[in-house]
Amino acid sequence: MSVDAATVRRIAHLARIAVADAEVSHLQGELNAMLAFVEQLSEVNVEGVEPMTSVMPMEMKKRADVVNDGEIADDIVKNAPATDNHFFLVPKVVE
Amino acid sequence: MTDLTSLTLAEARTGLANKTFTSLELTDAHLKAIEAARALNAFVLETPDRARTMAREADARIADGTGGPLAGIPLGIKDLFATKDVRTTACSKILDNFVPTYESTVTSQLWRDGAVMLGKLNNDEFAMGSSNETSCFGPVTNPWRREGSNTTLVPGGSSGGSASAVAALLCMGATATDTGGSIRQPAAFTATVGVKPTYGRCSRWGIVAFASSLDQAGPIGRTVRDASILMRSMAGHDPKDTTSVDREVPDFEAAIGRSVKGMKIGLPKEYRLDGMPAEIEKLWSEGAAWLKAAGAELVDISLPHTKYALPAYYIVAPAEASSNLARYDGVRYGLREPGRSIGEMYEQTRGEGFGAEVRRRVMIGTYVLSAGYYDAYYLRAQKVRTLIKKDFEDCFAKGVNAILTPATPSAAFGIGEKGADPVEMYLNDIFTVTVNMAGLPGIAVPAGKDAQGLPLGLQLIGRPFDEETLFSLGEVIEQAAGRFTPPKWW
Repeated sequence: MSVDAATVRRIAHLARIAVADAEVSHLQGELNAMLAFVEQLSEVNVEGVEPMTSVMPMEMKKRADVVNDGEIADDIVKNAPATDNHFFLVPKVVE
Repeated sequence: MTDLTSLTLAEARTGLANKTFTSLELTDAHLKAIEAARALNAFVLETPDRARTMAREADARIADGTGGPLAGIPLGIKDLFATKDVRTTACSKILDNFVPTYESTVTSQLWRDGAVMLGKLNNDEFAMGSSNETSCFGPVTNPWRREGSNTTLVPGGSSGGSASAVAALLCMGATATDTGGSIRQPAAFTATVGVKPTYGRCSRWGIVAFASSLDQAGPIGRTVRDASILMRSMAGHDPKDTTSVDREVPDFEAAIGRSVKGMKIGLPKEYRLDGMPAEIEKLWSEGAAWLKAAGAELVDISLPHTKYALPAYYIVAPAEASSNLARYDGVRYGLREPGRSIGEMYEQTRGEGFGAEVRRRVMIGTYVLSAGYYDAYYLRAQKVRTLIKKDFEDCFAKGVNAILTPATPSAAFGIGEKGADPVEMYLNDIFTVTVNMAGLPGIAVPAGKDAQGLPLGLQLIGRPFDEETLFSLGEVIEQAAGRFTPPKWW
């Protein structure tokens, strides 16, 4: 499988990455090189093989349903580019 | 007094315990070495004040007999580990001036045991790379050069700063992370010892995530013993990481010098690549001969799905990365580029903040997870991964204790020499990536030099949670091959 220029733009949008028009053909070449490389997986017989979900078999751990952390709003917003008190500021979302 | 930077971690530990020198003296010697080695670009942030404060505290604890196993030992920390109040960037522009308000579990355990932080080490952006050329702080230079040449070489990656700093004697050991070979490949390129522990052995909490089902922290040390000492402090169960394994941490150092007599060492025929340099082939045979001489038994084995590990990795790792890196949105931390709408702000921030390699991988990951392609790519790759793991399990079931392979298909290459074709760079990890796909432990040990005088390493792959055997076998190779230190030119 390979991707065309329109698909490259669609992927970029899905990934929320701005890509300049001039970069599209270059990116298309790189992505297609990677897709060509992984193409060899199609020759493996995977019939009846379970997909891996956990590389080390272990029972899923559960923690008690209690509050065990919090009251650290200052810490949470400390590195934010734009805040107002303990809120993150973003460009207007709803008109 | 001898130059304190030339000691191994184990020797420094003895010197500190015997009060031959203080941690402050040891730390100062390394800070001086770091200052003189800025040309290597191994450190992206030096923290001399913090280092001296920690060293003084360690000296006080050593004096009153309460020093921990790493008391007073100066270390470098890969910039992927969150360090409280100390800038942590993953060497990406998108994290900008991120200063964590928390400490990663692995580093917190090093400080618990008395270690001293010298600073943060360079790495490939988000640990994506095999040459340390994708860092937003610029490439790291390998302290090793080809004989009679001034060409600057890469230290490997993604833990290139860690490997370079340990090899150049700028720190006594370093933390590193390994998703597809990022500890073992740079260790092999710099004649240092790198350990990728079993998946789940070290907590991933507080380490910038790349591909969560593959990422594992581990040490880079000057010797096998040094790496074993660091491992003991780094490992251990952490309730904050659900994939961290609740299992006792052995005294890894006790495995050094343990007899390897009667151990079965597998030599996988699939690692004998067409066109592999004769030097690598020779190194591999030599390593096998050393283990045999120590009483181990060599057996030919087959890992039939080896050639599919790298392509499967380049689906699984980018897929997980695209999901993990979705958090960099310009809202909660890091860089923000303005946009008229929130969508445009996301796109501009991520377009500006991610470097070329990261962008490429996030896009491939987005594609293979997108509607209509998930089954063909991601699901198939995860099935292939099951087969890769089964190859190893079959060998271990036949009594194989560990597997010996070359660590890399070549020695270090020049900065800017590779990378026009991304796949060419990816092939660096051909011998290491299978280990991550199967969650197994692996160690890279310096084993010799090529014709141009550059170090080459061997890799040992172990059974799950049997790092101890790797330390025992690794030390046999180290004893036979000797230690390699680069001539100082910087």
